[in-house]
Amino acid sequence: MMTTDSTLHIRDLRAAIGDTEILKGVSLTIAPGETHAVMGPNGSGKSTLANVIMGHPAYEVTGGEVIFRGQNLVDLDPEERAALGVFMAFQYPVAVPGVTVANFLKAAVDARRPEDDKVKASAFLKELREYVAFLDIDPAFINRSLNDGFSGGEKKRMEILQMLMLKPTMGIMDETDSGLDIDALQVVAKGVNRLAGPELGLLVITHYERILRYIVPDRVHIFMDGQVVMSGGQEVVQELEAKGYDWVREQLGQGVAAPV
Amino acid sequence: MAILETDSKLVQEYQHGFTTEIEEDRAPDGLNEDIIRFISAKKQEPEWLLEWRLKAFRWWQKMPEPRWAHLRIDPIDYQAICYYAAPRKRGEAEGEIDPELARTFEKLGIPIEERNALAGVAVDAVFDSVSVATTHRKILEEKGIIFCSISEAVRNHPELVRKYLGTVVPLSDNYFASLNSAVFTDGSFCYIPRGVRCPVELSTYFRINALNTGQFERTLIVAEPGSYVSYLEGCTAPQRDQNQLHAAVVELIALDDAEIKYSTIQNWYAGDKDGKGGIYNFVTKRGLCQGRRSKISWTQVEAGSAITWKYPGCVLAGEGSVGEFYSVAFTNHRMQADTGTKMVHLAPHTRSTIISKGISAGESCNSYRGLVQIAPEAHHSRNHSACDSMLVGDRCSANTFPYIEAENHTSIVEHEATTSKISEEQLFYLRSRGIPESDAASLVVKGFCRDVFKTLPMEFSVEAVKLLELKLEGSIG
Ligand SMILES: Nc1ncnc2c1ncn2[C@@H]1O[C@H](COP(=O)(O)OP(=O)(O)OP(=O)(O)O)[C@@H](O)[C@H]1O
Ligand SMILES: [Mg+2]
Repeated sequence: MMTTDSTLHIRDLRAAIGDTEILKGVSLTIAPGETHAVMGPNGSGKSTLANVIMGHPAYEVTGGEVIFRGQNLVDLDPEERAALGVFMAFQYPVAVPGVTVANFLKAAVDARRPEDDKVKASAFLKELREYVAFLDIDPAFINRSLNDGFSGGEKKRMEILQMLMLKPTMGIMDETDSGLDIDALQVVAKGVNRLAGPELGLLVITHYERILRYIVPDRVHIFMDGQVVMSGGQEVVQELEAKGYDWVREQLGQGVAAPV
Repeated sequence: MAILETDSKLVQEYQHGFTTEIEEDRAPDGLNEDIIRFISAKKQEPEWLLEWRLKAFRWWQKMPEPRWAHLRIDPIDYQAICYYAAPRKRGEAEGEIDPELARTFEKLGIPIEERNALAGVAVDAVFDSVSVATTHRKILEEKGIIFCSISEAVRNHPELVRKYLGTVVPLSDNYFASLNSAVFTDGSFCYIPRGVRCPVELSTYFRINALNTGQFERTLIVAEPGSYVSYLEGCTAPQRDQNQLHAAVVELIALDDAEIKYSTIQNWYAGDKDGKGGIYNFVTKRGLCQGRRSKISWTQVEAGSAITWKYPGCVLAGEGSVGEFYSVAFTNHRMQADTGTKMVHLAPHTRSTIISKGISAGESCNSYRGLVQIAPEAHHSRNHSACDSMLVGDRCSANTFPYIEAENHTSIVEHEATTSKISEEQLFYLRSRGIPESDAASLVVKGFCRDVFKTLPMEFSVEAVKLLELKLEGSIG
């Protein structure tokens, strides 16, 4: 049997909304066990990158490829990407009124199992309750409508709960740390680290250094105007915190004028 | 990328579209006084009922067909319809059911023989124009509950039928109610004595089988003071190219502190995807909260019929009485629905709640029409209405026509309405968790309907969810 390569290879990925190109040739390689951080100014295309990897239908992929486990994700439906082990924690999780957290997660867990081997309700609930406790979530949330009326922080915890239940091998976290108080941040980090290991590749999109103290990146990429413009180790984070994006632009020889 | 294609690969096949080969006893087509006399004679009715029917018929002849609904209706030829078709009994012994008929109901998942009856649900089955079986008779008799076909009630409890028939929906009420009063053939009668809580769900299944017949059933439920009953009706019909008329009348009467819960799962044949055939479902349903603190709740899941035209309502005549209306109306292909409710507040401190969820797919048209009327004497009354529409695809339409007539200043009427498209963001979110698109859409729609489904009795809420899933399969994907 051929060994499937669980490294995520993003090669010259381009994507557009209508006539506007947003991703302008992104290349990144994330091996299992590696954590990559992506930082970049507002509107630079970080969420677009995450959404395109996951298969959001609003974006048209105009070039490049995303290879994972022997397949080009670009050709697959979002549910097929999920089945391969890709997971995205949304920057803005979506509310689904009338669908309880438990029912939704049961459907998601069952979706990746064969028709004749659906998870037993008792086993499912046991696991769900364990993670709910682990993430300091009020157990009452299990029977609430998914993300409906949840606070920002509650939604982010819910994303991590889903991640724990679905056990991806490639996790993309789009600003999961934004808007979290310090306790919640630690809870989120604890959740992610519970899943972390030699199998899991992680792409952590963030604006802040603080989360990277808990989820320590192997590589840091700076994203600007739809491209990776700089990559390095953890030292990049410190420099960025200290000097801001103008420092990056200077490095790139673009001058310090604000981009139009 | 088009992720929602309404007229997709498959057209969901109507699962109840088979016909039953059965010997039948039929009246000649057409409608005149002789036909009415024929029906009345077949049912061995007393003179007063025949007179009542004839009065309704004479009234009906003078009425114009109503045109106000937001519906396109092909003209109905009332002389081309058969008004009475009955399966001819083969087993003559008391209570014996024609095996062919029993098989039909088995196929529909409705056991009508006593030995395999559903636990906790007493079933009355109406096949074309007559009631063919009622289960759980014994438990009901012990409590003094009467649950039988209306024809049987006319024979065995004439005083009750005479006292209440036509008191909530008078024979002159509207075109289709008058027609029904003239020619009604069967339906259910329930009577719950004072202080009795009916221990099982009472349920009637209606099936139109015979070709070219109309179904005109009449249901009457009386809840004496302090009693409670939960009643459910389900309906199916074979797949036929011609339209068939179903014009039912349902009357509910709740006395002091009595409560009636009436649920409908309507799955009449809806016609094919081009709108050929299907049932015209023109129904008058009304509940009278006559007693103080009485309560009537309507829950309807309208998933079939070519055209649905019905407004189950409550007349809140008893002080402090409560009316509720919970509705899910699903339309697909060329189906049309104009449905909603009427809440008429006549007494002080009356309350009503309306929750309506309309889902339109294909090229269908789905309208909510509701009237909330608060009379001057109905001081300190309250209504809350929430009417939400969901569009699946972009060739369907949804309308909301709320009418509010409040005639005093101490009452509060609140109305909310929303129309939304099934959201791409919701679908993507669910799909990104591995849930296939059609399942994701069905989750979103079921979530949308949850507030209504949860008002159904347990067994039927499962059935309603399954029915909706089945209907959705053809519309999304
Ligand atoms: N669905 C969309 N429709 C229209 N424009 C979009 C859409 N998604 C992204 N864009 C545009 O693409 C650009 C990149 O947006 P994106 O959300 O990817 O940025 P981001 O780097 O995640 O920003 P932030 O740090 O604020 O989250 C922005 O100009 C945005 O307005
Ligand atoms: Mg973003």
